[in-house]
Amino acid sequence: MSESIIRRTITRLMVPFIQLFALYVIVHGDSGPGGGFQGGVILGASFILYAIVFGSEAGRKRAPRAVTDILASTGALIYAGIGLLCLLLGSAFLDYRALPFEDPHLAGHYGILGIEIGVGMTVAAVMVTIFFETARRNDEGEVENG
Amino acid sequence: MIDILLLTLLVLCALAAVEMKDLLSAGIVLSAYSLLMAVVWTQLNAVDVAFTEASVGAGITTVLLIAAISRTDRREVFVSRVRREVPSLVLMLLTAAVLVYGTLDMPAFRDPGAPANHHVAPRYVEGSEHEVGVVNMVTAILAAYRGYDTLGETTVIFTAGVSVILLLRRRQRE
Repeated sequence: MSESIIRRTITRLMVPFIQLFALYVIVHGDSGPGGGFQGGVILGASFILYAIVFGSEAGRKRAPRAVTDILASTGALIYAGIGLLCLLLGSAFLDYRALPFEDPHLAGHYGILGIEIGVGMTVAAVMVTIFFETARRNDEGEVENG
Repeated sequence: MIDILLLTLLVLCALAAVEMKDLLSAGIVLSAYSLLMAVVWTQLNAVDVAFTEASVGAGITTVLLIAAISRTDRREVFVSRVRREVPSLVLMLLTAAVLVYGTLDMPAFRDPGAPANHHVAPRYVEGSEHEVGVVNMVTAILAAYRGYDTLGETTVIFTAGVSVILLLRRRQRE
């Protein structure tokens, strides 16, 4: 855990806003810059910032190993699942117009929202996983402060 | 004017990152490089690319580099061997010459007659809002027209995560 009270306070203050911004970027991928990939990276970075300041054990409490493992595969599954759903509904793979909404534009909107959420989940979970598995842990000697 | 300034700073950052012996500083300089690159993309009106560069290049890559450095030595071990440096310099200059030669045939910047503006681009520009139903053209291309590629990219990231878990995760019962 970081000694500096400034670092801890600022982090505690900033993390919710960073995560809110990440979710905003994920769900607004179809109307503005960004999307699942960028939003997922920002979401993952918020957990990494928390872990750098409060230590990897506290960070792992906020993003448990079991949760990130499941999210990483669920995101890719959602993406491929929406594609398969379009296929089962009698259209081409990932042709969102086949989705059961009255308006094909609405179907495209929701289809893309779905895959953006899938991409965001996978990217955020994998980034957090890579950080926690790569960085030196507290019980391995010298603590890395970032 | 600002383009020249940005490009000069980019080259300076790249040289500094190569020359630095402190790997942590080199990683942070690379982060600055990515941030400058994001400004360049914004200058070119490519906001989606700029956003990716800022969040991935300047943000997460730096953190992952620092995480990797925490596992190894912070100082670069430098071994100077002139015999090796001269052939690599010649090889590098040759490669650069071939690359510059390759750009000679490319269409001029912002040329409306360039092939890239004629193949599928008009369809995307005119049709994306009507065919896909989203206003952000970049998202329409990534998620709908090239949705299969993006699925592949997501799978690549997932595979990277699985590989890291397999290689680095310590087993629970040891």
